[in-house]
Amino acid sequence: MDLPPFDRLLDAHGEDVHRYLVAVVGRDEAADCYQETVLAALRAYPALRSAANLRGWLLSVAHSKAMDHHRRGGRSRLTDRDLPERADRVAGDVDAGVPDASLWAAVRRLPEGQRAAVVHRFVLDLPYADIGGVLGCTEAAARQRVRAGLATLRRSLGEPAPSCTRLAEDPR
Amino acid sequence: MTTSTPPPADVDVVARLRAGPAGADPEAHRRARAAAAAAADRLGLADVAWGAVDSPVGTLHVAATDAGVVCIAWAGDDWQARVAATVSPRIVEAPARVDEARRQLDQYFAHQRRAFELTLDWRLSGGFRRQVLQALAEVPFGVVVTYGELAERVGRPGAARAVGSAMAANPVPIVVPCHRVLRTGGGLGGYSGRGGLGTKRALLALEGVVLGVG
Repeated sequence: MDLPPFDRLLDAHGEDVHRYLVAVVGRDEAADCYQETVLAALRAYPALRSAANLRGWLLSVAHSKAMDHHRRGGRSRLTDRDLPERADRVAGDVDAGVPDASLWAAVRRLPEGQRAAVVHRFVLDLPYADIGGVLGCTEAAARQRVRAGLATLRRSLGEPAPSCTRLAEDPR
Repeated sequence: MTTSTPPPADVDVVARLRAGPAGADPEAHRRARAAAAAAADRLGLADVAWGAVDSPVGTLHVAATDAGVVCIAWAGDDWQARVAATVSPRIVEAPARVDEARRQLDQYFAHQRRAFELTLDWRLSGGFRRQVLQALAEVPFGVVVTYGELAERVGRPGAARAVGSAMAANPVPIVVPCHRVLRTGGGLGGYSGRGGLGTKRALLALEGVVLGVG
């Protein structure tokens, strides 16, 4: 298997991985999750069986590290493990003071599958087929998760439901 | 306790998502990436770690494995593909691994060091080329040899041309001093590092070698 240099993977996709993690775990925890993603990816890299979709692979590693993070209650495994005030950061005010904190807090309160799908779709601009690839579901299921995630977000932010035309405007 | 500014009421949630989360900027990524690479190095997951070294002949990328310095190249050269194919694709930028090499290169360019004391990983060169490069590594500071003399030293008199191609494939220029190899009669010959013969002249000048008319 001729794999490209890992450093080049990070050149090409590292910023997207980081952006994804900032969106789903918050600014303060993203660096730790990014590190866990890089370490897990390096461990798995030599045994990788296909170099066909390394971007998708890297994003799926990041997704799994973000899920671990949420299951731990938002506490970083690497630092500050014993600080009780950090125990409930996932859905809370992680990004207090940053623009549009209410939106990103609502994103972090979404069910896991919806959260990842929504962020992949609108923050990373991934097509639905690729989202399915990263999350291990069909394209149709990815589309459904995005739709459900958006509805939940609108509800929790008090936005009116969109017209039918708006959903139809997102054909990918 | 949130102090953020709410977005205008008419901005849809999709547009707000597309604007992206704060804190996801290239600088934050650069810091996270550097920390992750350093951790990978500490945990033994970086088969090859590299760092940049500024020098009077351009910025160098110095890469090392557990066994030693494996590659020196000019920034912008695609050295990583060669290392990935031959040594390992687990390459990360973790400059601490090459601190000692950086220190010695800095001293060399500051006229404070004449010989490198670095362990080399020779995996990027094999066979005849490795023999030639190992013989070349014995040529001291400020001394020049010809392609033909180097061929003789490895027991292949007449193989000057093959010696030339071993020079061109030198994975650790400067430390393995291919700049000290000239044509019979004093001609400069070639130099495949960045800057070509200009770099070769600069390195020889630094070592006090006076070039004849070649």
